[in-house]
Parts: sequence; structure tokens; C-alpha cells
Amino acid sequence: MTQASFTQASFTQASFDAKAARARCQRYRRRILDISQRVSALHIGGAFSCTEIVDGIYNELMRKPGLSSPDTFLMSKGHGCMIQYVVLEELGVLSRADLDAYCTPHGRLGVHPDYGNPGIEASTGSLGHGLSMVVGMALAERGRRRDGMIYTVLSDGETQEGSTWEAVLMASSLKLTNIVAFIDNNDFQSLGRTSETHPSLYPLAAKFEAFGWETAEINGHDSAAIFHAVTTRKGDRPLMVVARTTKGKGVSYMENAPIWHYRAPNKDEYAQAIRELETQA
Amino acid sequence: MRNTFSETLYAEATANPEVYIVVADISPAGSMAKFSSEYPERFINVGVAEQTMIGIAAGLALKGCQPFAYTIATFSLYRPFEMIRDDLCYQNLPVTVVGMGAGVIYSTLGGTHHTQEDIAIASALPNMQVLAPCDPLECIEATRWCARQKNGPVYLRIGKAGEPVLTADAEPWQFGKLRYLRRGSDVCILTYGVITAMAVEIADKLTAQGRSVSLVSAHTLKPLDREGISSALQQHRHVVVIEEHAPQGGLASQVKQIAWDVRATCRLDTFTLQDAFIHNYGSTNDLLAAHGLSPERILATIG
Repeated sequence: MTQASFTQASFTQASFDAKAARARCQRYRRRILDISQRVSALHIGGAFSCTEIVDGIYNELMRKPGLSSPDTFLMSKGHGCMIQYVVLEELGVLSRADLDAYCTPHGRLGVHPDYGNPGIEASTGSLGHGLSMVVGMALAERGRRRDGMIYTVLSDGETQEGSTWEAVLMASSLKLTNIVAFIDNNDFQSLGRTSETHPSLYPLAAKFEAFGWETAEINGHDSAAIFHAVTTRKGDRPLMVVARTTKGKGVSYMENAPIWHYRAPNKDEYAQAIRELETQA
Repeated sequence: MRNTFSETLYAEATANPEVYIVVADISPAGSMAKFSSEYPERFINVGVAEQTMIGIAAGLALKGCQPFAYTIATFSLYRPFEMIRDDLCYQNLPVTVVGMGAGVIYSTLGGTHHTQEDIAIASALPNMQVLAPCDPLECIEATRWCARQKNGPVYLRIGKAGEPVLTADAEPWQFGKLRYLRRGSDVCILTYGVITAMAVEIADKLTAQGRSVSLVSAHTLKPLDREGISSALQQHRHVVVIEEHAPQGGLASQVKQIAWDVRATCRLDTFTLQDAFIHNYGSTNDLLAAHGLSPERILATIG
């Protein structure tokens, strides 16, 4: 498998439509808000922080996104999977009934993604597991002389897991050029700002660079930047895109407010959120 | 046994290009070296990083491969336990986690290298299957079975080196079924793994005393052959369990449960490691004896 074949096969979309990406992301956030009114709680803040990233992976980077894609997306930060669910719904992989039955006894979708559900490539939820599975998937693709790319999104909190760094070491040591990873660097976890609780975690990109990864640092809500970070990569190493994001992005009262890590808005809050999203459109 | 495992896996990997092995800094002796040199893309050495060893094996299996994860038992099962639970068992992937040198085989390396609770821990996990071959020939059967099965994860507990052949004349190996190495009508010894050699010695002495002895390799600890154990309890006057494992959650405690369930009336004696770490050194047999597992002690109780 040559390096060039990975690169060419993976980036078939020559142009980028920012307006279309914006419209999709607005639809996704709206759909998540709608689902939030059916449940007592959901991980809304972490889903909104990686909305543009997950949209970009499925709709701009993966070939034939859906069940027949030669590429794979693994949601390592499993608690952000609401955005994955709504993208898979729009792609026709999950049904509207599936999402309407989210977290109910007659449904099959829960707070974290479960392997076996359509479009879900691995069960995650416990942090620090995804990247190792990504390495194994990338090895399998290489072993079969296939050009499948493996995409993943990690939370910044996951970079505190030692297991993540074991996988970081292996991905570059094994020269797995078919891995593209994003860090949803929203700077928040349960006990506060990551930059305050763990200042030594930064600079993040330099750490991956030192481990032999190609890196890029972007605004994680800039869909064009997401697309270009991947499509302009050198491709001789695994790629880590450190994406600066805002937790709860798109709804003013949710942005950078830790309470919205795992909470559903009430009726008034919901109405305000919808109004704000419509204004942004 | 580890060489037998390596040779068998090498043969399976030669026949099936989907067989991978992910190892954590093991010594590349014998067929393991042959595997790594002939199939370098399918021999992954993660170094001293057991969590990613399991995760990588899971990722391979998620793409349809047939991976093995291999290192010393304490490090293959205990260190990456949550990866085994979530990545392998929750997703029900056909990955074999090999626990090499399990029990107290690493007798002089201290408690950090002893595996006294592995059967209980592995068996507690939903979807996990647990195998513990008693000799090199059973190791071949078990390894082949692991390389070809798609049921789900397996914990394969094996020895290290120098185990004698005990099953040359035994009935065929069958997953999930007790295997009689010899059949008698009076005493039945149930055991598994490397300590079976000690059970053979005990069986020989009982036979010399005029007892009619059955000797059984319970190589599949999960799913345990409950029906076979029920029959053994009902068909013998005296059942003896010998295992190199803590008293909780291994074969002994499960046989006791089954005995209660079937209202067994036979005499039942169990010999296990104690619920305690071992702080003394010496040979494997020295350590086993320190916990009461010696032919002399066992014969003194049951003879």
C-alpha cells in the first residue's frame, strides 16, 4: 500500500460547500434539541462542541458515508454520540423511529454508542478505549491491502487516559497513515476547565508531534478548516487534528457552562435555543 | 506449553491470513520468532502497553480478523481488565486473551507475577469463554479451537515450559465437555491446567492402593460442563477437586454449587490455593505446597 493511494482514495471531494455544511449543522443541533424534549438528560454540550467535526467526517471526508463506506468512523468520545445518531439518521442508516425512541425501553439507542446498532462501529463510553481500536482497525485495513481510512473523535479529557497514549505511540510506530483523529478540545470536563485543572496537558499538538504524528490546529467549528486540515495533510504519518471548540456551541446559555454536559433543556430553554439557532441561520 | 501454543498458532496463521497476534514484549523464542519474521504485518508487539494490546486486538476483530493477545497471565488479564470487559466481552468479539505462565508458575518472581484469581475474574465476564489445557496436546486442541471459533472472547490459560504429556491416550478433546483421562468407579479427581500432572501422581497412588480412579480434565471452565460434573458427582462415591486457583470462583466452588443443586450424596473434597498472597520462594511445587497443594497433603486427606 503506497502512501499516495491512501491520500488519493480518501479525498475525492474536490470542493467544499461551507453554506451547505452550516445548514446541516444547524439541522443537526435542532434535531438534538428536539430529542432532548423526550428525555430527562442527554450529553448535549459535548455533542454541540463536535457537531462540525462529525458532520465534516461523514459528509465531506468519508467516501459513500453510510453502511457501504470503505471508510470507518469510530466515536471515541462516546458521550458525544447524539451528533453521530442525527447524522446517521439523515444518511438513512438509523431511522427516525430509532431516534425518537432514544433511551426508551422500546428503543435501541442509548447514551453511548453500542456496537451492533446500524452505523456504530464500536461500543464506547468508557474513555480511552477508542484510539486503540482505531489502531487495530487501521492494521486490518493495511493487512488486507485496502485503502479504508479510519476516522475518530476523541475528547480532550480522553488525553488524560494512559491508554490513549499507548495507542498514540503505536499508531505512529506502526506508521499507520490511514488514521485521521480529531480532538474535540472544548476545554471542559466535570470539575472545570481542563486548562486549569491540567495546565500541563498543553500544548497538546506538540505532544502528538513529538510522538510522531502529523498535526494540525484549527477552529473546530470552522467546517472549511476541518476539511482542509485533512485534505491538505502530508499523509506520511497518522494525523491528529487538535480542534479548538466551545462546549454547547450554538446556544448562548449552554456555551462553556458545565451544567450542560448532561442535562436536557426545559420548555422555555428549548424555545430560546431554537430561536437562537434560527437567528444564526 | 508456550512453545506448543506458538507452533500451533503459527500453523493456524499460515492457513488463515486473518490470524493476528498482538503481544506485549514477550521473549521471541521458537515459533513466535518464526511468526514475527514470516508474517510481520500480523505480529504486533505493543511493548509494555497491555491496554492497547487488548484494544488493538478488538479493532482487528471489529474488522473481521481473528486476533490473539498474548503475554504473561497477570499482564494479559489483570492490567487491561476494563478493555477486556468493554472491548472484547461487551462487543462479543472473537479475541483470545492468552494468559501464559498462569497460577504460580513464576514461582520466584513474587506475587506480582502470580495469577491466583484469573479463572474467577475471567469467568465473571458475560460472553467470556475460559479454557485451561492440562498438557501440550490439549494446548494444541485449545489453540486450534480458539483460532477457528467466532463465538466470542476466550481467556486461554496456559503453562510455560516442561509440562509432561498426559493425554496421549485420552478420549478426544471437546470444547465445553469434561475429558476423562482415565475412567474408574470409586474416586473421581476433577482438575485442569498444569497442576493436572500432580493429579496424575495422586491418581496413580490411589490406584496402587486398590481404588478405582477417574481422572478428569475440566479444560473448559466456562461454559462449565454442569451436566458432566453432575454425572461425575452421581457416579462416584468420592469426588476430589484439585486446582491451582483461589478458593473463590474457580472449579472447586462451582462443583460445590452443582453438588448442592443436584443433591449429591458423594464425599466431596476440594484443594485450592488459599485466599492469600504467597510471599515465599522456591519451585512451583514449593509454592503450591505452601498452600497445601502437594500429593502428600492431598493423599493424607483423601486416602
